[in-house]
Amino acid sequence: MTVAAPARRITPPRPPRRRRRSAAGWLYATPTALFVLLLFILPLLVVGKMSVSNWPLLGGDLGINAPVNYQKAVLNRFFWDSVGFTVKYTVLATILLIVLGLGLALLVQQSTRWKSVLRVAFLVPSALGLASASLLFYVLYSPFAGPFAHLLAGTGFSFLGTPDAALGSTLFLIVWRYAGFYMLLMLVGLQNIPDDVYEAARIDGAGPLQTFRGITLPLLRPTLALTTVLCVTGSLLAFDQFYILTKGGPDNSTITVVQLIYSVAFQGQNDLGIAGALSVIVLAALVIINIGQIRAFRGRSEV
Amino acid sequence: MSTATTRRSRPLGVRGIAVRTPYWVFTTALAVLFLYPLVWTGVSSVSPHPGTNQVNGWGFGNYITLGNYQAGVWVYILNTVIVSGLTVLLTLVVSTLGGYAFARFRFVGRNALFLLTLAILMVPYATVLIPLYVILTRVGLQNTLLGVALVLTMFQLPFSTFMMRISFEAVPREMDEAAMVDGCTSFSALWRVLLPAVKPGLITVGLFAFLASWNDFFAPLILITDSRLQTLPLAVANLRGQVQGVVDYGATEAGVVVLALPCVVLFLILQRHYVRGFLSGAFKG
Repeated sequence: MTVAAPARRITPPRPPRRRRRSAAGWLYATPTALFVLLLFILPLLVVGKMSVSNWPLLGGDLGINAPVNYQKAVLNRFFWDSVGFTVKYTVLATILLIVLGLGLALLVQQSTRWKSVLRVAFLVPSALGLASASLLFYVLYSPFAGPFAHLLAGTGFSFLGTPDAALGSTLFLIVWRYAGFYMLLMLVGLQNIPDDVYEAARIDGAGPLQTFRGITLPLLRPTLALTTVLCVTGSLLAFDQFYILTKGGPDNSTITVVQLIYSVAFQGQNDLGIAGALSVIVLAALVIINIGQIRAFRGRSEV
Repeated sequence: MSTATTRRSRPLGVRGIAVRTPYWVFTTALAVLFLYPLVWTGVSSVSPHPGTNQVNGWGFGNYITLGNYQAGVWVYILNTVIVSGLTVLLTLVVSTLGGYAFARFRFVGRNALFLLTLAILMVPYATVLIPLYVILTRVGLQNTLLGVALVLTMFQLPFSTFMMRISFEAVPREMDEAAMVDGCTSFSALWRVLLPAVKPGLITVGLFAFLASWNDFFAPLILITDSRLQTLPLAVANLRGQVQGVVDYGATEAGVVVLALPCVVLFLILQRHYVRGFLSGAFKG
């Protein structure tokens, strides 16, 4: 997504007027600046300080102890497990949502009445919060109250019983909740492909598959880049769904990085220093991954 | 929609119907798959089930359990309404003024501030919330609904500022310039002339802010420690483990319905506008 710069430049006004407009501009931007400064920049500075300080939850800042927190963070017995699980989850969720989002978009692209109905049906779950959706599926997957409970009673299978089943069930919840939203983003992208390009392909005798591979996919690249970055970022930071649905289980197999940060900070260990170090590591990883993704998508479009 | 006109529905022959039937079956199945969990939850929240407060016959027993949960569900609904109301209001005010500034004025640091606002999207929730817990504690806003609303507003700013900026940029400059020539100040030009013109943007921003703040789980989980100040998602999530360690699935279903209903209704009312807002080119890549 490129941020459109103002299309027209105003003709350079006389200096006094420009100064006044500049002052007025700042006046209107002040609330935004205050929010960004006090609730975003300041916390980032504090978390940096936190990560190099001995800082228990209740004791407050007890002074610099770098780099102990980073060492303890990496040596945490769930650190590598949670990194591995989060990456696995992110790859699966991203592939599923991009493929299914695009598939649904192609399915409902033309506007007929039935397709509008379908669009709304796919989009309704995205009105729910992730926490509400997780609670809903918590009941749905329950071996006692769920609609499949009596079917599964004899089989010994349960939706959240094994690590693989728990991951699969959570992925289903995520697809259910987000597929419509990704469909909408894909529709916006598809709409930006001019009709005459398709027309030209049809005249040249291209089949549907050729058209899809030769035209739709390449011209959809900006949208695919945006949706991939969004999906990867969102999935790497997954918390609600696992906190509510699996509680990190079974056997601590579904602990994500953000869950680890939360539990180090507020559950048991109560160590904001180590949580801060973990947060800084996640932030750095996310920035690197996103820069890498943007580079990759740009690089390919130049070829 | 530009693609809308490319394919018109023609009258179907027998062959057409034969070809289209699998399509209808498939798409209907998909629609059912997406709607089923919602419908099932709504139905089973009022249907009889052992181990809940609705054992015999249909009725609202589960909602009564929910209503009597701890401080009473009304307290949690009120908390959530306060948080969402404040978040929507703050988001609308801040992003309207900010969007106006970015779209219509040139000032020192304009691009830097805009990019910093967008950068909020790139930073993990947890990375900012843990220091925010410390900062808000220092200024006495930790464990308050206002504190939660301020934090949620900050998380809304990247989307809402971007949305309001492009909304203002889509309005012809001549409109407010004419107003200014007629003696309006820049503020009255905004208030009287531009605000009506960016109403679709305001609705989208407001809807997003409402849905996000009504449903948010992580910010209240970290910032709210007093159980009387819990928001609804937090209360329903905690409710599961409360009744003698046994999960009351019926009350949880009722909680999900109370959580989901306003969002689904609001979405259905505004969906035409919302889907069109997206598709009308607000997000040209």
